[in-house]
Amino acid sequence: MIGQVPTTGADRMQRILADARDRGGPGQPMLILKDIKRHFPIRKGVMNRTVGHVQAVDGVSLTVMKGEILGVVGESGCGKSTLSRLMMRLVEPDTGEMIFDGDLVDDKVGLTTRRLRRQMQMVFQDSFSSLNPRMPIEETIAFAPMMNGSSRSDAIAAARALLDQVGLSAAMFARRYPHELSGGQRQRVNIARALAVNPRVVILDEAVSALDKSVEAQVLQLLIRLQEEMDLTYVFVSHDLNVVRYISDRIAVMYLGRIVETGSVDEIWDNPRHPYTQALLASIPSLDPDRRTMAAPIYGDPPNPINPPSGCRFRTRCPFAETCCEMHDPAAVTLPGSSAHAVSCHMENEASGHSRVGTNARIAEVTQ
Amino acid sequence: MKHDIIAEPGILEVSNLHVAFGRPKDRVSVVNGVDFSLAKGEVLGILGESGSGKSVMLRSLMGLFPRRTHVTGHVRLAGQDLLAMDKKTLRNIRGRDVSMIFQEPMTSFDPVFTVGRQITETIRRHDGVSEQDAQARALELFELVAIPSAKSRLTNYPHEMSGGMRQRVMIALALACRPKVLLADEPTTALDVTVQIQILLLLRELQREMGMSVVFVTHDIGVAAEVADRIGVMYAGRFAELAPTRAAILTPRHPYTRGLLAATIHGQQRGDHIETIPGAPPNLAHLPTGCAFAPRCGRSVAACTEKMPEMTVFGKTHMARCYNPEPSQI
Repeated sequence: MIGQVPTTGADRMQRILADARDRGGPGQPMLILKDIKRHFPIRKGVMNRTVGHVQAVDGVSLTVMKGEILGVVGESGCGKSTLSRLMMRLVEPDTGEMIFDGDLVDDKVGLTTRRLRRQMQMVFQDSFSSLNPRMPIEETIAFAPMMNGSSRSDAIAAARALLDQVGLSAAMFARRYPHELSGGQRQRVNIARALAVNPRVVILDEAVSALDKSVEAQVLQLLIRLQEEMDLTYVFVSHDLNVVRYISDRIAVMYLGRIVETGSVDEIWDNPRHPYTQALLASIPSLDPDRRTMAAPIYGDPPNPINPPSGCRFRTRCPFAETCCEMHDPAAVTLPGSSAHAVSCHMENEASGHSRVGTNARIAEVTQ
Repeated sequence: MKHDIIAEPGILEVSNLHVAFGRPKDRVSVVNGVDFSLAKGEVLGILGESGSGKSVMLRSLMGLFPRRTHVTGHVRLAGQDLLAMDKKTLRNIRGRDVSMIFQEPMTSFDPVFTVGRQITETIRRHDGVSEQDAQARALELFELVAIPSAKSRLTNYPHEMSGGMRQRVMIALALACRPKVLLADEPTTALDVTVQIQILLLLRELQREMGMSVVFVTHDIGVAAEVADRIGVMYAGRFAELAPTRAAILTPRHPYTRGLLAATIHGQQRGDHIETIPGAPPNLAHLPTGCAFAPRCGRSVAACTEKMPEMTVFGKTHMARCYNPEPSQI
């Protein structure tokens, strides 16, 4: 594919660094997750005993750079929504740490959740349940700034300006209630609400997934425009590969609570190295009636996250699985010649003992 | 509306179908005049956004309506009008001649019976065979839809299966009596993309083997392109366009179809221009007098707001309701 990975331009970076809240400079990632784990207990019976755990997020390490859009893709149950809630601290991790622009996020010794959320906001999939049905939308948008000390008149004026910015005329919409708006309009309100506290990072959890196709593109373009105008950093979580490709600079692919591959959009699309990433890409319907998909790239459903397979979690569906895949968890290996393309697969690790090491095995060659 | 391009009557003939909900004073018209003919062995993809009436239209093909529904028009299945039938005849036809698969298989099964029991019940109800024969058929069906370790899976309850597996069971159940027509309402929308393609390929294969006719409702153009022979694009309860899949995708004539294709994100990258359709779908309680798409349309002319355009036939099989269609070559 021709074309450069859209990286954060020099003047944009200048503006991001000019933000008084910036601490670490351009090299310092906005967000670092280190080996974050969250298992949800399953309780049963009268004693409410724990009978198992849903391993929703199981050791995720991830870096979000300043000014980038990181896409997180995966299938349902892979933990991508839990991951976004962990970043926002709506869910506390069992183990692991999170560092926001150099500060450890920790209510006792570091950046408190309260202060984190002034710099990081979230937009959810369900545009209706995330708005207060009894509040006109301008009040919803003004609510958080007022909680943070703005005067009512300032907050309402800012809310109206934001409504205009997200493409809803304040004169027409400011006093409306959520049920008076369409899904696309409500999602615009949610975006305005997230931006009201002037955050540096916005987490978008399936933010366009519930919208119709004709509206989805409008909202995506709005998100891109706002990101550029307001110098934001996005974490864009979605199951829709086409959408993630369109909006992201970099992509992280998740499977059963772990990240299996990260890389720039072009690296992931042109040279997917993890068999799961290859399968995902090959499963996208072609949109070309002359070139229909003839064979499914992989068979079966994702396993249950309560009792995931040992070793590599993809091995039960992987056509290349061998004994070493069952025995050991694959470590993330950064590919030579790239600083950002990392794969957690034994076939990329010379020490693993996998017979296909270095063969650049492709799922398509097996199934076609 | 009559068009003479379809010579022989299809297995399913729908003419002038209207469906409205509610009392006369606050009536919401959901389906506003749908005509089509489904040939034997044909797969018709119905494409539309939420509120376009695609699901209600599909349910009408099986006579499934909530109470206080106002229906007019004809739905003829192998010559018999479904809408004129009494309930008993309709019950005999459902599941035998025409059956349906739904988006959410979990809510379509009875949670207190095993999936095997639910399939054998259907087979015995319609074919009157013995329990043993029905069980043997159920096992065959499970193997047909590629459920691994089929025999033990028959004794599973719906909640013990994964989403993809449940959808396979639902397909097995729908095919239990070898229906002439299969109606599919977004059967892969709730599934993961790696599972979706497996189910689509399975449906395609079974349809071909059994010579079934299928009406496949989806909001995803990619899915329609994978399975359909012909695509009908619905907007505000009508077909805006009805054309063979290739023509519908490569040379759409209705501005809505073209807009939908242009707005669909598929393979574009950051910075690529995406043309979007301005505005939002109309309120079905207050439809405009002319073309329902006119307020959002870049090609609208004076006539568009006065009267709904009739279906115009382009070439042999390509139809669109438009006064000012897109040029035939892009």
